[in-house]
Amino acid sequence: MGDLMQYVWDRALEHNVPLSVQFDLTYRCNERCIHCYLDHDDHGELTTTEVFAALDQLAAAGTLFLIFSGGELLLRRDLFEILDYARRHGFDVKLKTNGILLRQAEAEQIRAHGVREVQLSVYSHRPEVHDAITKVPGSLERTIAAVKLLRASGLRVLIANVLMQGNAFDYPGVRALAAELGVESTIDPTITPMMDGSTSVLSLRVPQPQLLQIFRDRSLVPDDFCAPPLSGAPDVDTLEAMPCSAGHTACYISPYGDVYPCVQFPLPTGNIRQTPFHDIWHRSPGFAEVRSIRVADLPTCSSCGFVSSCTRCPGLAYMEGNMRGPSSADCEKSKTRAAAGAAASQIQESA
Amino acid sequence: MNEIVVTRGERLAARRVAGEMVILSADDSSLYVLNELGSMLWEAADGRTTLRQIVETVVCPEFDIDADTAVGDALDFLQQLEAFGIVSLSSQPHSGPAEGIGER
Repeated sequence: MGDLMQYVWDRALEHNVPLSVQFDLTYRCNERCIHCYLDHDDHGELTTTEVFAALDQLAAAGTLFLIFSGGELLLRRDLFEILDYARRHGFDVKLKTNGILLRQAEAEQIRAHGVREVQLSVYSHRPEVHDAITKVPGSLERTIAAVKLLRASGLRVLIANVLMQGNAFDYPGVRALAAELGVESTIDPTITPMMDGSTSVLSLRVPQPQLLQIFRDRSLVPDDFCAPPLSGAPDVDTLEAMPCSAGHTACYISPYGDVYPCVQFPLPTGNIRQTPFHDIWHRSPGFAEVRSIRVADLPTCSSCGFVSSCTRCPGLAYMEGNMRGPSSADCEKSKTRAAAGAAASQIQESA
Repeated sequence: MNEIVVTRGERLAARRVAGEMVILSADDSSLYVLNELGSMLWEAADGRTTLRQIVETVVCPEFDIDADTAVGDALDFLQQLEAFGIVSLSSQPHSGPAEGIGER
């Protein structure tokens, strides 16, 4: 992050501004990804008018960064109306889509609406693997076609590669595919419990031995999730830090108007159908509690040797039963990163 | 110079964050943070109101400065913003609707 961007985030934190909001416009989807945490039935999505009202409130609250996601966004027939409204009200807009419904006309409209980036998930460069995860035959081909159309329209595209058991070692192929398509890519081994608390999808997480192999890939070390962890006693700055931006400068709104600290942190704080966003953000007990927590308040993590570099997610900790507790998947990642780092040091010493 | 109108650039996002206007380009992610005067000029740049009108109604009441000096200073500043594509300056009112991004 550049200095000026850091300055903006610091100002937002200092003044309690919800600078970044992920707004899921629908949970309906035309894929059925095996690791997805959502219930795809429509339980009463916000109407176009309600979305506009929410955007008015977010603009007034100081939100600049707006990420529209789902579900599959292009299933919202009013998507371009919403994009138009959002852009006219000054938001920086990013989209997340699987691209299956995207044709040239949609790509051009997205570009014309001033969207800054479009993110698509690609699970493998091999159709049989990607399509088995999405459960939609031909989905990889259609997603790649969408990437090409978006690029041809002049849009910045990001490929997100979620790693799980079935595709853990396909990431080099996805990275090569992204390079061939002229787009950036990210890798993330995070599998999230379902919004209703069900943990059935967690069995898909990359097992520790495979994760260790991935973390030993030196080409990935520049990525945060793979970098060797810092160890040793945490310093004062670490202990006084907030655990995450969720609830401080960022939050999430569901298609039904529920406001959470983050999409991965479904702590009920209020619903914009009943309560103005301003009141939820500034007055809800849930946000107040999240904001009160510093790393020093985490009973287990504050004394952990890896605390200063851990990717601990307070939302995942909350899903495990205690927002002040550890998120076990991140404990495992820290330990695995340490093991991978130790192995690399041994190799260097013997060389 | 009295007839110059200021129009906000296209494909920009903008929001006042803790009193300062933050502007972000959709094309290259360039980020700009305007000071108080810059933020006021940006918000008033509707493509129709002349620079002199903006200065007289928005700037002069806030700062202890005469209008002629303020117009000159504002023009210098806006020309710098124009070089970055953040605003455009012209002698013709913008043909589109007066509203634009950054409205609150």
